[in-house]
Amino acid sequence: MAKPTPQQASFTELLPLCKAMKMKVTDVEDGAATLTMPYDPEMIGDPETGVIHGGPVSVLLDSVSGLAVTMHPDNTGMTATIDLRIDYMRPAPPRQDLTASAQVYHTTRTVAFIRATAWAADENKPIAQATGAFVFARKSDK
Amino acid sequence: MNSRTEPVQDIKRRRDGVLNAYVERIPFFKYLGITFERKGDELTGVLTYDPKLIGNAVVSRLHGGGTSAFLESTATMTLGWKSVWDAMESGEFDVTADDIKLPPLPKTISITTDYLRPGLPRDAYARATITRAGRRYASVQIEAWQDHRDVLFAQSTLHFLMPGA
Repeated sequence: MAKPTPQQASFTELLPLCKAMKMKVTDVEDGAATLTMPYDPEMIGDPETGVIHGGPVSVLLDSVSGLAVTMHPDNTGMTATIDLRIDYMRPAPPRQDLTASAQVYHTTRTVAFIRATAWAADENKPIAQATGAFVFARKSDK
Repeated sequence: MNSRTEPVQDIKRRRDGVLNAYVERIPFFKYLGITFERKGDELTGVLTYDPKLIGNAVVSRLHGGGTSAFLESTATMTLGWKSVWDAMESGEFDVTADDIKLPPLPKTISITTDYLRPGLPRDAYARATITRAGRRYASVQIEAWQDHRDVLFAQSTLHFLMPGA
């Protein structure tokens, strides 16, 4: 992966919910992207343990997936989520920042299919994984 | 308790007390702007519009992740609420206590959200149906709408692990 250009890095600035959750673009390549999201006590879902709610993890996975679609070289416009399935594999460790990366694994003329993973400190211990379908407008059809 | 002559204000204090105790202990509900309206045992989740919920600023549409988070929250609360109903009605929880002892909410195993229409920059509502409530696992379907109850903008199917399972 490569460091994002200033324009690519501004992705999270242009999406108010990503900006509110202080997400940052850390890596991009063709049809793939990585975002980080800092731990925030306001996002706690389980006050007993300090584990954040599944909701912010959904926002992170949906955002990184959308960015991966816009980073696809054949993409011509904006995207939108058609469906997204998330499996919660383990609780997010409290007080740790999260990272998520997504890859477009297939495109048709109108649909991009993605896989995404979110983790805390250890990429080999994902807290959640997602698969989804996104709106896609392929370049050659223009 | 739960007799047919129990004063209505006592019933409401108990039910609203338990519901509010759950909602208030979850910071994320407040962060996203999620509240609940209760009619008997039926809950409607309300996502109050705020500019920070926008995903696509160019055309001003709700962020899909935020919508999914709202649906997960409402599904979890609806399932948790239904699962403590009998204990609540039998007077097991002391709603006058500062810190009501309540069972933990169910844990989400998976959520699949279908985005049927763009989310408009206004309030959204969601109501869940528990399709199976087992001792260990439960399944929930949920629908979300904005202006018209019949015009859904998103729907999800979720599976849960019940507390203590």
